[in-house]
Amino acid sequence: MSDPTVTGGPTGIGEPADRWGSSVSAAVPEAGIPATEPPPPDQGSIGATFVQRGDRIFRFLATGSGVFIVALIGAIGLFLLIQAVPPLLQNHANFLTSRQFEAGDPNNLSFGILDLLLVTVEVSVFALVLAMPLGLGIALFLTQYAPARVARPFGYLVDLLAAVPSIIFGLWGLFVLAPAIQPFAVWLETHLGWFFLFSPGNVGIAGATVFTAGIVLAVMILPIITAISREVFARTPRAHIEAALALGATKWEVVRMTVWPFGRAGYVSASMLGLGRALGETIALTIILAATPRIFTGSLFDGGATFASKIALSFAELNNNLSAGAFIAAGLVLFVLTFLVNAAARWVINRSGAKA
Amino acid sequence: MKLQRHGLVVALAAAGAILLAACGSDPNSGSGAAAGSSSANSPAVDCNGKASLNAEGSSAQKNAMDVFAQAYQAKCTNAKIAYNPTGSGAGVKQFNAGLVDFGGSDSALNATNGETTAAAARCQNNPAWNLPMVFGPVAIGYKVNGVSSLTLTGEVAAKIFNGQIKTWNDPAIAALNSGVTLPAEPINVVFRSDDSGTTDNFQKYLKASSKGAWTQGDGKKFNGGVGSGAQGSAGVAQALAGTEGSIGYVELSFAQDNKLDMAKIDSGSGPVELTDATVGKAIAGVTVTGQGNDLVLDLTKTYAGPPAGSYPLFLATYEIVCSKGYDAATATAVKAFLTVAATDGQANLAAAGYAPLPAEFQQKLLTAVQAIA
Repeated sequence: MSDPTVTGGPTGIGEPADRWGSSVSAAVPEAGIPATEPPPPDQGSIGATFVQRGDRIFRFLATGSGVFIVALIGAIGLFLLIQAVPPLLQNHANFLTSRQFEAGDPNNLSFGILDLLLVTVEVSVFALVLAMPLGLGIALFLTQYAPARVARPFGYLVDLLAAVPSIIFGLWGLFVLAPAIQPFAVWLETHLGWFFLFSPGNVGIAGATVFTAGIVLAVMILPIITAISREVFARTPRAHIEAALALGATKWEVVRMTVWPFGRAGYVSASMLGLGRALGETIALTIILAATPRIFTGSLFDGGATFASKIALSFAELNNNLSAGAFIAAGLVLFVLTFLVNAAARWVINRSGAKA
Repeated sequence: MKLQRHGLVVALAAAGAILLAACGSDPNSGSGAAAGSSSANSPAVDCNGKASLNAEGSSAQKNAMDVFAQAYQAKCTNAKIAYNPTGSGAGVKQFNAGLVDFGGSDSALNATNGETTAAAARCQNNPAWNLPMVFGPVAIGYKVNGVSSLTLTGEVAAKIFNGQIKTWNDPAIAALNSGVTLPAEPINVVFRSDDSGTTDNFQKYLKASSKGAWTQGDGKKFNGGVGSGAQGSAGVAQALAGTEGSIGYVELSFAQDNKLDMAKIDSGSGPVELTDATVGKAIAGVTVTGQGNDLVLDLTKTYAGPPAGSYPLFLATYEIVCSKGYDAATATAVKAFLTVAATDGQANLAAAGYAPLPAEFQQKLLTAVQAIA
């Protein structure tokens, strides 16, 4: 769709991944915020003062927005930290290795996040494993295979998934999906039960498991992965595709030689955004996952709670700052985890950008 | 506790019933009599208070509040009440901060953590009263193939919910249910995964009635150490309905909606089914420990030794109000609302899954409400 611009500036394109990489991160520090002043205007000095004033205002606004978001994130982190420290000091259990989260009694706090962390990571990674190939397939189909009149409405349809409220996904997961996939879950448990992922679970409510929750999460993050990947793939330079075709490449070879190397970094970053959403998803998991007093064994058929769902389950009835602080401490870990995931995503993007 | 699912149905039912009741000359002498709302001294309702009341707190009484609000609007055309079901803790906090006109709470104000003092300060140095307006029966629902009638004692229930009894054909259960064929399958306990007053009251009941078998204490989080948790009353009821061999505690209306079998409780005088009448009997026997019009209840005694033929497992939720210290318009409105709630409001409570007030208790409440100045 953006063919003219792309082919119009061949000098600026060079390596395809360069161009994509630059729009994500690289070019920004290069051009730099201080360098936003345009090259010396050719209109002469009278026009220059006018341009510079508008320029200064715009620069101020843009810098302000940038500073604001950094300050906001810093303030959130600071808030979490301040609230989390007092209960952490009175914690009778090891915060990082204890598997029980007992924060109801402010005089006897004993909470650890190990199981929350494991459940959160397992359910999110499981969702990502399901959603990544599917999202890739849909994005490639929409940009490379589908005729335009199919691709457009189909794309809207996928985007529509992103607009479904998560509580609807939760109810759908518990009432519709869980009973439907139960026979398959039982089959996995009986035939592959020797493998830790499929070993018998620790909850008695059929379907209220990480397995169901992961599938629901996969459906929820699918539109994010698809939408971003589709945009990236659609921007593959026409010239590259045509060059590949001219060399006698098949459709599959075109995808492999031009679209994929060009869009890989974008696809990875889309998946990481999806993972971020999965890590923080709350209400759907609160509804689906069964709580259990037993420890998490790593099986997909276990229940448990994620950071976010644990907080949601208890927050309504919290009535003292220490108990609330214990949950905020858990929230802080989620905050850090999300940060790490994003940092990892950046690293992956930069690396694959350099390679391509 | 989230009882909101039935809000609309209840509201419609209430509206319909009120329309019907309005056709008679006196709502109090109508069909409400069976529910114990007929009363000799039904006080006059003064509708000239401030137009909109604000209240906040326990979600356990949300549906009852909807019923009361309908009745209140029918009585006082221009008056409104907004009840925000944010949880008991929030209700007390907001009331003490003077942000709402009264609070709803699953437990009475706690003197040891300063709630009582804070409430008195909010009421211009007058004591706040705890008025137990809403009683919700809790059912022990179960699903066992071929077992349509099950009797439990507090002790056996405690042992099931803390894992001492693991299978349905355990001799302890069999002894209470002669003539019932119990299967040899494992018991699947279902509890509330979110913190809730239902769990708190259920654990208090087990503690009081189990003759020492329940050692896990009480609190809003389930401490039994067995089973699986589901979110909200709806989640528990759904899990019970869908899981063979399951047993759990859930508010009456959810058990009814999901057509769950409900266990009878034998407190020493034979199995008692959960009905309006049997719960009413238990409520009538509740000990009031508060002084004067501060009607703080001690449910422990009822849990431990309820009157013969009564169903002891229910929870009480309070409205927390100022005895004095409201401005005149607010006081009038609070009195009007609570009076309507205790009289006309009782008629449709049973449909919403609550137990109507027994007559004697209703009189105590009305006396207290009239004393608000």
